[in-house]
Amino acid sequence: MTVEIKVPTLGESVTEATIAKWFKQPGDAVAKDEAVCELETDKVTIEVNAPTAGALKEIIAAEGSDVGVGALLATLDEGAEGAAASPPPAAEKPAAAPEAAPAAPPPPPAAAAPPPPPVAAPTAAPVQASRPPLSPAVRKLVDDNDLDPTQIAGTGPDGRLSKGDVMKAIENGTGKRRAAASAAAAPAKGFTPTADLPPRPENPREEKVRMTKLRKVIAGRLKQAQNTAAMLTTWNEIDMGAAMDLRATYKDQFEKKHGIRLGFMSFFVRAACIALKEWPAVNAEIYGEDLIYKNYYNIGVAVGTPQGLVVPVLKDADDMRFVEIEGAIADFGRRARDGKLGMDEMSGGTFTISNGGVFGSLNSMPILNVPQSGILGMHKIQKRPVAIGDKIEIRPMMYLALSYDHRIVDGREAVSFLVRMKDLIEDPQRIMLDV
Amino acid sequence: MSEPYDVVIIGGGPGGYVAAVRAGQMGLKTAIVEKRGALGGTCLNVGCIPSKALLQSSHHFEMAKHEFADHGIKAKVELDLKTMLGRKNKVVEDLTKGVEFLMKKNKVDYVKGMGVISAVGEVTVTPDGKGAKKEVLKTKNIIVATGSDTTPLPGVDIDEKQIVSSTGALDLTGVPKSMVVIGAGVIGLELGSVWRRLGADVTVVEFLDVVLPGMDGEVSKTMKRLLEKQGLKFKMATKVTGAKTAKGGVTLSMEGRDNGKKETLKADVVLVSIGRRPYTESLGLDKVGVDMTDRGFVKVDADFQTNVEGIYAIGDVIGGAMLAHKAEDEGMVCVEIMAGETGHIDYGMIPGIVYTHPEVAAVGKTEEQLEKDGVKYKSGKFPFTANSRARCNGDMDGFVKILADAETDRVLGCHIIGPQGGDLIQEVVNVMEFGGSAEDVARISHGHPGLPEAVKEAALGVDKRSIHV
Repeated sequence: MTVEIKVPTLGESVTEATIAKWFKQPGDAVAKDEAVCELETDKVTIEVNAPTAGALKEIIAAEGSDVGVGALLATLDEGAEGAAASPPPAAEKPAAAPEAAPAAPPPPPAAAAPPPPPVAAPTAAPVQASRPPLSPAVRKLVDDNDLDPTQIAGTGPDGRLSKGDVMKAIENGTGKRRAAASAAAAPAKGFTPTADLPPRPENPREEKVRMTKLRKVIAGRLKQAQNTAAMLTTWNEIDMGAAMDLRATYKDQFEKKHGIRLGFMSFFVRAACIALKEWPAVNAEIYGEDLIYKNYYNIGVAVGTPQGLVVPVLKDADDMRFVEIEGAIADFGRRARDGKLGMDEMSGGTFTISNGGVFGSLNSMPILNVPQSGILGMHKIQKRPVAIGDKIEIRPMMYLALSYDHRIVDGREAVSFLVRMKDLIEDPQRIMLDV
Repeated sequence: MSEPYDVVIIGGGPGGYVAAVRAGQMGLKTAIVEKRGALGGTCLNVGCIPSKALLQSSHHFEMAKHEFADHGIKAKVELDLKTMLGRKNKVVEDLTKGVEFLMKKNKVDYVKGMGVISAVGEVTVTPDGKGAKKEVLKTKNIIVATGSDTTPLPGVDIDEKQIVSSTGALDLTGVPKSMVVIGAGVIGLELGSVWRRLGADVTVVEFLDVVLPGMDGEVSKTMKRLLEKQGLKFKMATKVTGAKTAKGGVTLSMEGRDNGKKETLKADVVLVSIGRRPYTESLGLDKVGVDMTDRGFVKVDADFQTNVEGIYAIGDVIGGAMLAHKAEDEGMVCVEIMAGETGHIDYGMIPGIVYTHPEVAAVGKTEEQLEKDGVKYKSGKFPFTANSRARCNGDMDGFVKILADAETDRVLGCHIIGPQGGDLIQEVVNVMEFGGSAEDVARISHGHPGLPEAVKEAALGVDKRSIHV
């Protein structure tokens, strides 16, 4: 029996993925739940697993092609022996497609031909097929309402969208706005190589590398932040002495009891939650003409990976213990490097902390993670001479930066937020007592 | 001072008046400025409509004279040109009145006079006639929809009596004995056909080697052959260098495009139909700094806005196919965009029609274009001789040709020469707009016996499985 392998639900606001790699070729045997290909999305790469054991029959969407949620990736022969030598299924002519069959130059029908050629040929066609052209009225309705047609179920022939389908989607609110897409698309003009670019002759001393989906999204998001927010940064410096002393005193006991190292991130996350509660604008968002104040504190923690920056989120961080925060961050870091972070773990943040200090940065100006209105930049702890009273002392100092959207956060609020952070970190007992 | 308009449209042709109706429908405070004294533009007054009225009348005349006998009808036929032209004028008058009514119905102010953009957001209207008072219209937006005008031919000065443009050719007081049509484009072939049917000896002089340049090569060849059979004469690859007008007629001097051979041709009437050019003169466009293309069209972006905010342009004046329906679509979309909606026109799917007999109709790519673009395509062709309805009608000249992508079967173009070709093409336009395949056309039921069956058969022919050939 033929089983279809489709693009799984990719999580909140993710509608499209690029096929990064096929692990299996037609004819290969696959075990149930074995990964057959890897998809790259706005946020992570994920593996698509075989729903059942059998042999991979046909790859529909080639490497590098863009696919929407639910699109057909490949077909699998359930229970077939697989391996390259296995006789391909007989009587395979799909009864449903008599139209294409006689017309098109025979796409290597899995028959007879030994190992079917990789994928190449059907690249363009399936993408087109999975997205039939929109009729004039549907196209206008979709554009007028800024909908993503791939998110709407079509009832017409070949799953085409009828005007009624779109109207129903609008009514039910199901024709999701292109949150992710437009985030990337709106500023896309700024960086996407387009037809506007003059041709670039090949230069042996240059290397042309295609942007990954993740890189494109990062580029789009950052540019969007710069284009939409009235972004401003305020700085302060923190004497890390007290926090370092506390850590030095308890780090062995902490590690022994919890099996995890005590770092400084937990201090900053907890302090941020306290400060955010006192300055709610920093935790809010502009939504059209409204301000959305969020009475929950989901703190995104920027993690660098070889593929680029990802921002997993500590949900309800204000309710987390130090050990839980440290544990979660360590786990995020590991899984981010392996590309194993789930979509849901990376969405829903209300505020972001980015630690450039781990790479040695002394000072920098973080860019907002839209639609959030604030991002905290931590930096390297460096010993510096500081005036304490009238004496000069050598103290472990860290610069702290808060970039904020001035449209929603006033300077007074931003500066006060940062001063509050400074007070809390310089005297960590205040975090415990919330004073 | 009263409240400013949301939009003032300069030009009451098909682009302008459709934009005005749409603006009215959307609740915009709208005015339309027209200097002609009647709405409808070139199309309604001196273009599409009067020419089609005469084409129909002259076709009836020719049928009665030459073909009724085959049907077993005997009649003595006589031409009454005055009535024929009168009927044409009545058709025009009724339709322009109809447009005027549409303005009222949609609460659009119709301002008569020459509209000039005197500043951004301001149109000054000067009515015809001495002592008429100028009127200044303040407006948030302006749409320039001034259309186009006959391109003059140096050395052949139009007097609209002996040397005429299409306008004069619609109002000849008598049937000329001989007529020379300069330019074998749509207008030349249509009006040449009218006067040939009514009895003139018509010669078409064309600079290129083909009639209807830009059309599918096979269609253009068939067209020339059929028109020749009807009695139209052609002088191809010939350049007209000058004209001498005397009482007895016009003497044209010509020379061979390739061999330079000089000759002269005498005719009672000469029709200059070598094309049309955008009408942009004295509109004040330069004063407010509107960018033009190097060919004299108004430059607009995808939203039909010029480089000056609040000034838009549509129709012939922005270039592209100079077709009324293209201007109408642009007018509609332009207003919708102006009102904050979205809109899009696929210029690859605008049909073009020649109302000769048989009619010629085209949409999408020609075989020549596809070959040039290196697109692999398949072609299905079906002759009207094999269509039962065409045989019943005794109207069997021509064929339908459908071009489809060799791999996806998507329809890329359709070219028809044959009876009612202009009506037949529409189903293919619709299918193309929906991204349909030739097989889609072939699998849709077509009534029998009907001319549209020829379209279906051509679609079947793409897959080499036409039934009736």
